[in-house]
Amino acid sequence: MGTASEIARRIEAKDIRDRWLLSAPALIIIALCAIGPLTIVFVYSFLTPGDYGDVVWKFSPDAWISVLFQRDIFDGTWSFADAHLSIFWRSVWLSLMTTLLTLVLGFPTAYFIATRPERTREIWLFLITIPFWTNLLIRTFAIQEVIRNEGIVNALLTGTGITDRPIQMLYTDFAILLGLAYVYFPLMVLPLYASMEKIDFRLVEAGYDLYANRWKVLRRIIIPLAKPGIVAGSILVFIPSLGAYVTPRVLGGGVKLMLGNFIELQFGQGRNWPLGASLSMTLLAIVLAALFMYIHFTARRGGNTHG
Amino acid sequence: MARSRHAFDVRHQSGFPTIALTCFFLLYLPIATLVVYAFNSGTSIATWEGLSLRWFQAAWNNDKVIDASLRSIQIATCAAVIATAVATMAAIATTRTRPYRGLNAKYAFINMPLMVPEIVVAVALLIFFSRIKVATGYSGLGYLIAAHTAFCIPFAYLPIRARLETMDLSLETAAADLYASPWQAFRRVTLPLLWPGILAGLMLAFVISLDDVVITEFVKSGGQDTLPTYMLGQLRRVVTPEMNAISTVFLLLSIAIVTIFFFVSRKRS
Amino acid sequence: MPERPEKSTIEIRHVSKVFGSGENAVIALDDVSLDIRENEFFTLLGPSGCGKTTLLRLIAGFSYPTEGEIKLYGQDIAPLPPYKRPVNTVFQSYALFPHMSVGENIAFGLEMLGRPKSAIRTRVEEMLALVRMEHLRDRKTAQISGGQQQRVALARALAPQPKVLLLDEPLSALDYKLRKDMQIELKRLQHETGITFIFVTHDQEEALTMSDRLAVMSSGRILQIGNPRQIYDRPAERFVADFIGETNFLTAEVTGLANGKAEVALPGGAKIHALLTEDRELNGAVSVVVRPEHAEIVSNANGADLKGRLANIVYFGTDTLYHVVLETGETFIVRRQNSRKSVDEFSEGTAVGIILADGSAQILRD
Repeated sequence: MGTASEIARRIEAKDIRDRWLLSAPALIIIALCAIGPLTIVFVYSFLTPGDYGDVVWKFSPDAWISVLFQRDIFDGTWSFADAHLSIFWRSVWLSLMTTLLTLVLGFPTAYFIATRPERTREIWLFLITIPFWTNLLIRTFAIQEVIRNEGIVNALLTGTGITDRPIQMLYTDFAILLGLAYVYFPLMVLPLYASMEKIDFRLVEAGYDLYANRWKVLRRIIIPLAKPGIVAGSILVFIPSLGAYVTPRVLGGGVKLMLGNFIELQFGQGRNWPLGASLSMTLLAIVLAALFMYIHFTARRGGNTHG
Repeated sequence: MARSRHAFDVRHQSGFPTIALTCFFLLYLPIATLVVYAFNSGTSIATWEGLSLRWFQAAWNNDKVIDASLRSIQIATCAAVIATAVATMAAIATTRTRPYRGLNAKYAFINMPLMVPEIVVAVALLIFFSRIKVATGYSGLGYLIAAHTAFCIPFAYLPIRARLETMDLSLETAAADLYASPWQAFRRVTLPLLWPGILAGLMLAFVISLDDVVITEFVKSGGQDTLPTYMLGQLRRVVTPEMNAISTVFLLLSIAIVTIFFFVSRKRS
Repeated sequence: MPERPEKSTIEIRHVSKVFGSGENAVIALDDVSLDIRENEFFTLLGPSGCGKTTLLRLIAGFSYPTEGEIKLYGQDIAPLPPYKRPVNTVFQSYALFPHMSVGENIAFGLEMLGRPKSAIRTRVEEMLALVRMEHLRDRKTAQISGGQQQRVALARALAPQPKVLLLDEPLSALDYKLRKDMQIELKRLQHETGITFIFVTHDQEEALTMSDRLAVMSSGRILQIGNPRQIYDRPAERFVADFIGETNFLTAEVTGLANGKAEVALPGGAKIHALLTEDRELNGAVSVVVRPEHAEIVSNANGADLKGRLANIVYFGTDTLYHVVLETGETFIVRRQNSRKSVDEFSEGTAVGIILADGSAQILRD
């Protein structure tokens, strides 16, 4: 009697075993070369820095404490680490502003693409995608060229007599903001477009039919329907902005640091690997928190789509 | 009544087309400037002095540039091929099945490199690989290839998985019904139909590997510059249009790959 | 069960299939036993979710039974994977390989069996001729019509000369006219190839017109097996009677039993003879079914088996339906074929009588 069910069970067990075997190479590579080493970083964050970089295998919570506080060299008291806090603040502030700027500009852009006729829509979409797949460093370099003192923006400003001297834009927070917004703009537009493309414009017609004007239709119908795209785009821009390294390095010129550059500093000139490790873990924690919030949001929406 | 000649367009929002077209313009302006100055005959990247190919020639004769470019291509090729191979297997293992224990964990794990900030992974690999370098004495390109493979896997995985999920499951069932063993069914039916997805995955992985700066910068040993890390180093100095020339060639390569990918995927669907 | 003289192609013994486990377990097949004879056109008929496709997939080997055995010519095929079973399937979606031509699709099974190239070529030509598709051999499957795809799917499944051909609702994607043509085509193919066909459908008309025998399924169980006439005229259960054709149900009182027939008193008092599907003790209230075309409507209610008021007349072209509200409040439908002579002798609202033809009433197994 049991033979039939035994066969069924054996076949299912074999299927699952095969699936584990098939996915093993990918999982092992990711474990060894991406996720696994994070545990080492975690361990390092509790060790004592060595004199010439690396660590001494001795437990110390100092690295974690100095994420936010600093010890006075003379009397040994702890106070808020203003330098660290300002870098944290700059990272979060610039990431938020980048998100906002790309959202404000990306929303009309995505809407524009979504309302093009079917044939030309793909071309517009392609034009947005191209910069996304071209090298981030090159795009940052391109921005650098445009805003440098001898760049075309300043040439235009002085040439037309708006200013008599070039405005120093490079190596400022503004430069970093501009660069981040420039390089991550496609990441905002693409999810926005994805949600707008699905909008049923008969709903918009219904809105006009019920005496809404253009602004009210936008605010009460289009924006709420595009909300999943707004959230996804914001997350997609905020997360890489927060961990940005190349853009602030090139456009901030080593003067204006963001978290990514500050972490690098600890492994370079700073020679404080444990602090670099604890800062990395902090960055990771913030990013994961943002992701979980996003997943929570989408899961709730998914459970009650028409709510 | 003459005023109502234009039909009311429900899709129109005033100002939106202007903003959108401005954004498109601003998106391409810096890239266009960069490309234009690559052809400048002077040594400045700001003042135009006439048309010339001298900077392309300079880049071509610069051993460091050629060396870094070849290394970039070598790493990207190895990483993309390995990543696509393992991602294909992983995609087959994680699609078209009833949920089983660990399936969601697998998804999360494979996509993890997309979520963890690059700088954090870079730091982690720096620590990890420096230990291994000391322990084994090996300091070749293997580390870079392994690191690139890891973050290329999710990019290769996504299009392959998407392709598998839209594939008609009954085709393989039909093959099995027509006496094809599992391997024959895979080779004769699954693989030919999966091919566009695999190709897309390969191209994405290649481009992603080619573009990487951060992880390479942290993992590379001395004398292992790739083109992006070489450029990053050069940006600290006085920049000549040689950088523009290198960038232009690089851009063209990326755009070519993406364009092929775009048209291949459009034709198939 | 009586001894069958014919050879069984497929024997299904106490097969159950459960999906999932614990609280989420779904019983797709519940102790199904069935014999399918050589060269017959056998249909599994039932609404969606009744288990008919699950049963087909068990025979094909795409899924394995939780309990029971499946034998093909006496050999237990349960442990065999689908590619080792001499059984082929025509899929509901056709499942034609989109990257192969029509000819390559038909050749696929033969190639997998390792037949010599020349034999494959000949066989493909034969099959193309059989389904009248010779001119489309080199076309890609996306470039031919739905009806043509259907024929290719048939040719592909028949090419390896399977012992049994399984057809999973193969006609459901076709429009009405094409479906009618394909029904005839399928009968012809079955006749010419002499292969046992197992056909799955939810369309009762299709099942009645095409099958040698059919099994009516519901909720994972087989309710009745028989030829189309037996199933239609003598439904054993309420579900069968209701699912196939239009039916009137009446509650009646058993008053006597004699050689396979029962005497029952209808609502209103008239006594008629009703047929039984099996010999068993009966008493008290039973359900009786009468097909609308087995009843006759008369204007004189005296002496009629049922009395009522004509509520509605629905004209259908070939025939007319009369909806009669009985004294009990139930509605009874009478179907009458229209002829050139028939006139509208009845009008809505008038009192009418209904006479049941002899042997038209059937007692249900409740």
